[in-house]
Amino acid sequence: MSQVDAKVERDPHYNFAYLDESTKRMLRRALLKAVAIPGYQVPFGSREMPLPYGWGTGGIQVTAAVIGPSDVLKVIDQGSDDTTNAINIRRFFGRVTGVATTESTRAATIVQTRHRIPETPLSEGQVMVFQVPIPEPLRWLEPSETETRTMHALAEYGAMHVKLYEDIARHGSIATTYDYPVIVNGRYMMRPSPIPKFDNPKLDRSPALMLFGAGREKRVYAVPPYTRVESLDFDDHPFTVEKWSQPCELCGSRHSFLDEIILDDRGTRRYVCSDTEYCAGRREAGHADAESRA
Amino acid sequence: MRTGPLLSARNVTRTWDGVHGCRDVSFDLYPGEVLCVVGESGSGKSTLLQALSRQAPPQSGSVRYDTREDGFVDLATLSGARLRLLARTDWGFVRQHARDGLRMQVSAGANVAERLMAVGGRNYGDLRRAAGNWLEKMEIDPDRLDDTPVAFSGGMQQRLQIARNLVTHPRLVFMDEPTASLDVSVQARLLDLLRGLVGDLGLAAIVVTHDLAVARLLAHRTLVMRDGRVVESGLTDQILDDPQYPYTQLLVSSILQG
Repeated sequence: MSQVDAKVERDPHYNFAYLDESTKRMLRRALLKAVAIPGYQVPFGSREMPLPYGWGTGGIQVTAAVIGPSDVLKVIDQGSDDTTNAINIRRFFGRVTGVATTESTRAATIVQTRHRIPETPLSEGQVMVFQVPIPEPLRWLEPSETETRTMHALAEYGAMHVKLYEDIARHGSIATTYDYPVIVNGRYMMRPSPIPKFDNPKLDRSPALMLFGAGREKRVYAVPPYTRVESLDFDDHPFTVEKWSQPCELCGSRHSFLDEIILDDRGTRRYVCSDTEYCAGRREAGHADAESRA
Repeated sequence: MRTGPLLSARNVTRTWDGVHGCRDVSFDLYPGEVLCVVGESGSGKSTLLQALSRQAPPQSGSVRYDTREDGFVDLATLSGARLRLLARTDWGFVRQHARDGLRMQVSAGANVAERLMAVGGRNYGDLRRAAGNWLEKMEIDPDRLDDTPVAFSGGMQQRLQIARNLVTHPRLVFMDEPTASLDVSVQARLLDLLRGLVGDLGLAAIVVTHDLAVARLLAHRTLVMRDGRVVESGLTDQILDDPQYPYTQLLVSSILQG
């Protein structure tokens, strides 16, 4: 696998990064405010994009606002670099910006993601862009936007624990496994987008900048580098992440998020890394043998 | 123990269209005292309750409340945040329809424990124990802690709503027709329970009702309202046994004699 893929030819009929300059400026203003108030949802004028809501219009607009000609872009969908959605978004940016794209987390300067944070630790200067379906963590208990904004303003987050209480009462443990609510910088409650709670600890004090965009809901929010991100829990039921009894069948990793893949009609299944680039990298480095013998 | 009033209303006026609402209502409520507001429908009882709790702020007049932190203050001077905190901790609101005051989709335990979580309760075991204790106090089988209120009878829902409000040990409870949607036998049981709780916990309560029997059972003092104004007020027994104002006489005489 090459570190940086060949550039796609830029289509000169489009403005750089598809959006017009004033829209990008509006988005950057919103993003600056979002970075200044970690976890706070900033409204922005979401534009019609050439793909439907729910396919990543928020993430694409954020990426379009921050990308420059020298950036290297990686796009993942559920951890995978080669699903339809990821490939299409990568091609889209290749065509409208001409920037280099990559599958390597280390080589990327911008990683747009749906539902995962890469296993490879992020470093300073990198930007993660999350596609967010519903940005409001309080929506399930309060349908009114006016009321949820007041609750954020007054930091009235106690009722959010009702959901966790219900989980424990019904399932014996906190059964929320993705989009697990967090408190950012000790102040705002935030939905980390539908990433598995396995990825929540990666948000905490990450050296990378995390930007979140919700196109349909017209909100952006951010977690600046090295910001505290705490997952909600109870004193006697602390936050835990998913664990698997077996390692990845391809690369033998015991420290990555595994997908369960059903192989036939008899229920045969195998567990493999959801982060395809991480898994491939480990196999190239010869990890599979060492782990499978263990 | 303090001897001053817990809540003091002076010339409270709140109208919706310049005509309907309540006007010029004044009274003092002392700690541990139950005040019933009676009157026919449309007489401004519920508006008065909303004006006192500032859900619909009064257009003129003042409501002063003896807060735990700052003593006796005019509610109009408190910030929105302070008022919401007061409403969540020091006050309770019991609505006529339990559905309006409960989260119907979450378990009874979570309903009761919500206020505790809202003020920082973060120990699941403690929250659950507290919720169980309150169910027992409210004569609900503690085994139903994990059932949703949807599966409860009307009377149980209303008792659950009361438990949910009392769990933070408020000092003042606003009740809007707490028994109106229940059948008579369930009403009697609920009133009995309420009377016990008010006595045990030293609760003050303002109860809006059109049912004079509720006033007779619960209230130390009663206000009679008509067309937005208080037409008669005084000790409940005195008002019910010796009504002075013609409208009150009509109300009292229209009670069905069993």
